[in-house]
Amino acid sequence: MALIEASAGLTWNLVDDVRELFQYGFMVNALRAGTVVAVMAAVIGWFMVIRRQSFAGHTMAVVGFPGAAGATLIGVSALYGYFAFCVLAALMISTVPHSRGRAFSQENAVTGTVQTFLLALGFLFVSLYRGNLNGINSLLFGNFLGITDTQVLTLLLVAVGALGILVAISRPLLFASVDPDVAAARGVPVRMVSLLFLVLLGLAAAEASQITGALLVFALLVMPAATAQRLTPRPVLGGAIAVVLALAVTWIGLGIAYYSPYPIGFWVTTLAFGAYLGAGVVTRRNPWSRRTLGTAT
Amino acid sequence: MIAVHHVAVLASSPGVGGLLGQSFLRNAFLAGTAIAAACGLVGYFLVLRSQVFTGDALSHVAFTGALAALSFGVDVRLGLFVSTIAVGILMGTLGPRGQADDVVVGSVFAWILGLGVLFLTVYTTSKSTTDSTAGVSVLFGSIFGLSHSQAIVATSIAAFVVIAIVLIARPLLFASVDPGVASARRVPVVALGLGFLALVGACAAEATQAVGALLLLGLLAAPAGTAQQLTVRPFRALALSCAVAVADMWIGLTLSYVFPHLPPSFCVIAVAAFVYLAVLATTRVRRLVLVRA
Repeated sequence: MALIEASAGLTWNLVDDVRELFQYGFMVNALRAGTVVAVMAAVIGWFMVIRRQSFAGHTMAVVGFPGAAGATLIGVSALYGYFAFCVLAALMISTVPHSRGRAFSQENAVTGTVQTFLLALGFLFVSLYRGNLNGINSLLFGNFLGITDTQVLTLLLVAVGALGILVAISRPLLFASVDPDVAAARGVPVRMVSLLFLVLLGLAAAEASQITGALLVFALLVMPAATAQRLTPRPVLGGAIAVVLALAVTWIGLGIAYYSPYPIGFWVTTLAFGAYLGAGVVTRRNPWSRRTLGTAT
Repeated sequence: MIAVHHVAVLASSPGVGGLLGQSFLRNAFLAGTAIAAACGLVGYFLVLRSQVFTGDALSHVAFTGALAALSFGVDVRLGLFVSTIAVGILMGTLGPRGQADDVVVGSVFAWILGLGVLFLTVYTTSKSTTDSTAGVSVLFGSIFGLSHSQAIVATSIAAFVVIAIVLIARPLLFASVDPGVASARRVPVVALGLGFLALVGACAAEATQAVGALLLLGLLAAPAGTAQQLTVRPFRALALSCAVAVADMWIGLTLSYVFPHLPPSFCVIAVAAFVYLAVLATTRVRRLVLVRA
């Protein structure tokens, strides 16, 4: 990265190094955007992990790519493309009925097909654009350079709105996630809540794409939440841990990426995965599975 | 690669008549047919066993494998096959009965993808040959860029996958539909699950060359979904899935040849998606009509 020449490089004085990060406007904006994104992704990701909707989350994240590529093709900000396509994908996925327990899951086949088709569409947009094919990598794998003030503001407004809605529906959502049948019997509008959550998930995926790129959204959406759930089953505490982890991963990732020649996507995923494995060790569980040591021995 | 394809098409006389006169097209059809057949068979079991997400993860692992091989300077296919088969088996061992938890799958593959980005940067910045589109062609495939020997190797590996799936089809079907009863009847459920994931890995590595790491899921999921809509009988659906995948591939390649602006992998995936959605829509409509009548 060309930054290396511009910056003084990493010194042993950590305070000065951190201070240097804040000297550049693009870095301040990256940190601001990263903070907004990390909080939103961690909270919504916590519910996603509870609801076992990783595949849907992944699909929405990936679908941000054609959105961004299409937006670039018609000349608007990639951010709007992410939002439009992610929410669209959320609505499309929610039309396919849940086929829980049935052997052949048509839902999975449809989700997979929609995902790949939209990705292929993104590839078409990029090849029609005929511009710099390297731009494709920053859409897919994240790029924290060149985030403008307006983009930070947009990210913040969307995050505040989405988190507000999430807080409003959090009780029925948690109920519907843990036991949908009983929730439905108690008059919780399960379908409506699920649809709303998918849209929120789409928004979170779109926001996270801004920092990690469409393919690495899971670093902020799944890993902090999964780590938190290994540490505690309690919702509020777990959500808080997930937020702290996501913030730490984003800030440290941005800091390292500034000084290293390797892309932010690699650092963020590696830090988050390290925390995930670490949590497994801390709780004395097998880091690979959800079985406790108690049942294994 | 797209650029190569464009030049080749411009140099020749366009038209479906001369389709197989082009050597790059012959290679693409040869490899494409075998790869599609393997994907159709593997994909059916993948959807049946609700392991679509695992297949998705393996296809992303293929990206990392290919770029790791490129940055270490070894054959791309070696990286592809080693990484996908190893991670496939690893994922099988992560969960009970060879089925990993979706959170574990998500975490592992996001990290592996992050590693892929690292290798991509290492490769594109360290090599003097500035092949900056290497990542793009791994992600989105370059079937029109296959040489004759590559096509032959791709075909023979795909043929191996097809034969292996056909051989284990009966016990695998049993183990997929009812693992409990199958293991009581002494079907090796866990071993079959692991073997199947290794085959998915091989298939993913194989298909990466044709449609790319990001798009191969479509070739796995769409034909399987289409076949399941048309018949509920498992072996018929398995054969149908294979046939639909091959047909999707042929139509897609032909479309891409006729309309050179469209990349081949886009055409193949678009055809597969439209066929699936059309079949889905017609069965819905027919069901509605039957209910009314």
